[in-house]
Amino acid sequence: MSTTVKYVERDLKVVGTRPLRPDGVDKVTGRARYGADYNLPGQLVGLVLRSPHAHARIKSIDVTAAEKLPGVKAVVTRDDFPDMPVEYAAAGELTINFRDVTRNMMAREKVLYDGHPVAAVAATSESIARKALKLMKVEYEVLGHVIDVRDAMKADAPVLHEDQFTVGVEPKPTKPSNVAKRLVFGCGDIEAGFKKADLVIEREFNTKPVHQGYIEPQACLANYTEDGQVELWTASQGHFTLRAQCAKVLAIEVSKIRVIPTELGGGFGGKNNIYNEPLAIALSRKSNRPVKMVMTRGEVFRATGPTSGAQVKVKMGCTKDGRIVAGEAELNYQAGAFAGSSVPMASMCTFTRYDLENVRVVGHDITVNRPKVAAYRAPGAPIAVFAVETIIDEMAEKLGLDPIDMRLKNAAKEGTQTYYGPKLGAIGYIDTLKKAKEHPHLTAPLGPNQGRGIATGFWFNIGNETSTTLNVNEDGTVTLMIGTIDVAGGSRAAFAQMVAEELGIPYDKVRPVVGDTSALGFNFVTAGSRGTFATGMAAVICARQAIDKLRERAAAAWKVPVDGVIWENGFAKPASSNVGDFEPMSIAQIAKTAGRTGGTIAGHAEINAQGAGPGFGTHIVDVEVDRQTGAVKILRYTVIQDTGKAIHPAYVEGQFQGGAVQGIGWALNEEYIYNKDGRLENPGFLDYRVPVASDVPMIDTVIVEVPNPNHPYGVRGIGEVPIIPPMAAIANAIYDAVGIRMQEQPMSPPKILKALETAAKH
Amino acid sequence: MARAHVTTTINGDVVDFLCEADQTLLSALRDELRMTGTKEGCGTGDCGACSVTIDGRLVCSCLVLAVEVEGKAIDTIEGMADGENLHPLQKKFLEHAALQCGICTPGILIAARSLLERNPDPSETEIRYWLAGNLCRCTGYHKIVEAVLDAAREMRS
Amino acid sequence: MRYEAPDTLAGATAILAANAGAKILAGGTDLLVQMKSDMADPPVVVDVKKIPELCRITLVDGAYRVGAAVTGMELVEHAAFAKTWPGVIDGVKLIGSVQIKGRASMGGNLCNASPAADSVPALIAAGARVEIVGPQGKREAAVEDIGIAPGRTSLKPGEMVVAFLFPKRPPRSGDAYLRFTPRTEMDIAVVGAGISLALDAQGTCTAARVSLGAVAPRALLVDAAAKALIGTKLDAAALDRMAAACSAACQPIDDKRGTKEYRIKVAAVMATRAAEIAMDRARKS
Repeated sequence: MSTTVKYVERDLKVVGTRPLRPDGVDKVTGRARYGADYNLPGQLVGLVLRSPHAHARIKSIDVTAAEKLPGVKAVVTRDDFPDMPVEYAAAGELTINFRDVTRNMMAREKVLYDGHPVAAVAATSESIARKALKLMKVEYEVLGHVIDVRDAMKADAPVLHEDQFTVGVEPKPTKPSNVAKRLVFGCGDIEAGFKKADLVIEREFNTKPVHQGYIEPQACLANYTEDGQVELWTASQGHFTLRAQCAKVLAIEVSKIRVIPTELGGGFGGKNNIYNEPLAIALSRKSNRPVKMVMTRGEVFRATGPTSGAQVKVKMGCTKDGRIVAGEAELNYQAGAFAGSSVPMASMCTFTRYDLENVRVVGHDITVNRPKVAAYRAPGAPIAVFAVETIIDEMAEKLGLDPIDMRLKNAAKEGTQTYYGPKLGAIGYIDTLKKAKEHPHLTAPLGPNQGRGIATGFWFNIGNETSTTLNVNEDGTVTLMIGTIDVAGGSRAAFAQMVAEELGIPYDKVRPVVGDTSALGFNFVTAGSRGTFATGMAAVICARQAIDKLRERAAAAWKVPVDGVIWENGFAKPASSNVGDFEPMSIAQIAKTAGRTGGTIAGHAEINAQGAGPGFGTHIVDVEVDRQTGAVKILRYTVIQDTGKAIHPAYVEGQFQGGAVQGIGWALNEEYIYNKDGRLENPGFLDYRVPVASDVPMIDTVIVEVPNPNHPYGVRGIGEVPIIPPMAAIANAIYDAVGIRMQEQPMSPPKILKALETAAKH
Repeated sequence: MARAHVTTTINGDVVDFLCEADQTLLSALRDELRMTGTKEGCGTGDCGACSVTIDGRLVCSCLVLAVEVEGKAIDTIEGMADGENLHPLQKKFLEHAALQCGICTPGILIAARSLLERNPDPSETEIRYWLAGNLCRCTGYHKIVEAVLDAAREMRS
Repeated sequence: MRYEAPDTLAGATAILAANAGAKILAGGTDLLVQMKSDMADPPVVVDVKKIPELCRITLVDGAYRVGAAVTGMELVEHAAFAKTWPGVIDGVKLIGSVQIKGRASMGGNLCNASPAADSVPALIAAGARVEIVGPQGKREAAVEDIGIAPGRTSLKPGEMVVAFLFPKRPPRSGDAYLRFTPRTEMDIAVVGAGISLALDAQGTCTAARVSLGAVAPRALLVDAAAKALIGTKLDAAALDRMAAACSAACQPIDDKRGTKEYRIKVAAVMATRAAEIAMDRARKS
């Protein structure tokens, strides 16, 4: 059974304002505690021995010398963890397979990437733990490796998994392959569509893996006690799913693990899954001491999940008047060492912004020798959209159409049938395009070597399992216990605003707290853009339950039927003069005597939230290209996006700005660089170039509000969409500036310079 | 080897601690003194999350040996507010929603204060270049720059 | 590891002489990173910041002497030095973030011997020399003679750089340093170009020094590029000849930060742009 609470338009007092976030003071004073900020008496330092090879069979692991080193209290290897059968589970936007999860956290038969864990040690100091790692002897049989998807798909490519046969092809293959899965989405008749086309454009795009680049490295602290109970402090996007994963791979009952979420120093999809957590628990179990494990930045880059690098081939056809009649795409996405990339979502996002009759998308999920991919903000979508939005720009140019008009002509709207399944409900795509058209940015003058590009993006957004509790305290203040991590966006502020609005009390009378796994029922991770939507809905349900109870208590006090009591602006009032002449009772008055009138007043929601509203955005960017060096400077940037309803507009703007700048980094300079041995050459912030403050301009924002009918305040998820359009928008702006079409990411200076020179020769 | 004894002043208070010769100031603050407001994002001076000042000079505490601070004056995020009165930068960061996850915030606040001490009226570009050593992955920097501009305005008046 | 912080030059040289493999700690922005990544494991670290000679900026008869451990930010904030040697300041300003420059020194930048060190081409162009002390006493050397290959210097065991000695600034002279990096800040030079030149009253170039970074195993002093400028009015043709000489001097490698081909092309671009800035500064001086 699923839950939806419908949107009702009404006057708002708190929702839509910009109060200070509840976690703000702690974060500006250094009090907020993140994963690495927790300590326990007697704790040990845990470190991981990692594979130096991209692909190798483990012949033997000898840790005896390390175990004998004074100060070493425990060592764990593959032998300390049970093997797991194939079993799938949801984790964020991606699906995981526990057979792979246990092999990813600790290599078993083979190491599959540079940085793959092989052993872990717990010692009384970091220097002893480091010495212990040096004493471990691992014998490897080095195997051929493959990283690029184009190489990995070749018949003679080194195969990562001898037992992996491509799923989704008939007849079932007899040879193992790096292509884990082939999936097909589509509608209409693609060949017939292309026959109707006056203009057909077919292009190939290639992108490199990029990392989420959160500033806080993964960190956890585990305490396994003698009675088999586990306490785990960890910085993640979902403590309940982390508990589930740890319980599974360690074969511990769920009730015995209590995960206490810490503040999260950024995740962007990269902190949905376990890495060191089960190792820390196992080390704590073996040493009978608490074990703290904090990754170095190098470990974060080498061994946690970046997103896919990909090859994308897109062919599109349109009529002379700009109507797109066919769209075809092949998406070949890196999954990393184990199957399960974002190619399913990317396939569904490829053309969904447009109302198309004939679509065919084929996706391949491809295992390669680099860390298993994790979700990264709108997983997979930016890559496919880079291709499609660039081709639409080229079509518009060839047809002499305005690129926004071309998109308007084909735009998805309420009732549009998607090629992957559902019909779209009320959406704001056209609204964002129209706002772009009237934005002053679009007509601002440009100088020499400057150009302007636009591109658009779509993301589904999701709901899912959510548990929330609201307690009316004895003084009439409210504690809201939530189970979705505030991944940074200020969702605690938004929940407090919605609850304050419902109860008719001031914002600062509501204290939102993220509960640990023992405080609430299961909550799915904060991902897919679901937090403000799903926990918002749950919080509203809690508040409405509490209001019903508050009315009951007032009715009992007044000895009138409960229907005769209404709740207004934080007070129980007689519904009319017919009910009687009673002094309104405040929430504080009712709460004060609640113990005697029936017990604490609370609300609960344990729901599977449904009805997430899809999000759409349009971006405009101006660039200047240095023709002599190939450097691209971002001059001006505008993000326009439908939010459904901006509960806290400042944090909505923050999501738009942050997502756009991550997209700018992806477009221009971010990439994983591997050497010929398959080792990562740039596992640090010096050579993995995320944008710095001086690289980007102010990011203008326009919030469009087309309410989601399936949320009490009309909320849509907003976190994913802003990262989708930048790559394409920037490529289109580069073309406008200097006449080259970039089909390779990153659009870094050497590539731009080369393209300029090639263009000059023709 | 015997640990070194270091006496220093942190946020105006005389503090002493023991440390290894190769231990960084960041590690001494966080692991010996449990002052965890200063964050580690990279350990190699590339992210600025560990920014502190030593004798008024802005540095990455991950690239300073703890033994070097004998007799010096260190200022960290824990000393930025004056009692219950937040520093104008702290207030403006809250008002402008200039923080999201907040892990970079202590370092950025320390760096921004160091800028305003030298340049009470910085331009947007000067702020962006001064803060280039402080990575923020959440905000896109827009609201951070706005908050620093606004704090500077308030501190001048 | 042992930490030593002598307060005299003699004390420092004695420790260096007695401990093979000892490393000098000035700002530590390279050394601590190397220690963290197991690229360096020195038995002794010698902090030289307590030695007065290494931490002073002095002006003697119009010529600057800058201690090797003076931090980048001290130098950037030294208004008179910055006015005299703006090109050196261009280079120093690019040694990492404000935080890095709060510690990093030109001495460390030079002795770390990265071919991409930002202050080095500017120092070479400026004609700066270094004062060195060691077991055999004091000596002087040109900056361009210190770095010989990535991570290797011509300093003998036990020697250390004490100070940079700048020549007197002639009238109508100017210098500049420019580099190319993908990001605006927090990056390692893909190519760096330092140029210093002097003009006569008629605007003819009478002296020039051109240095390139990140295009060879060490920072280069490109005489042919300087010759292309000397005796000219620094017209477009002269700048083109200088740029061509710069490209010809490059012996770069392909690495994660740039390709050979790209470095050779962009060296010419950076040198031309740096020359234009230096020219402008010379005319205004």
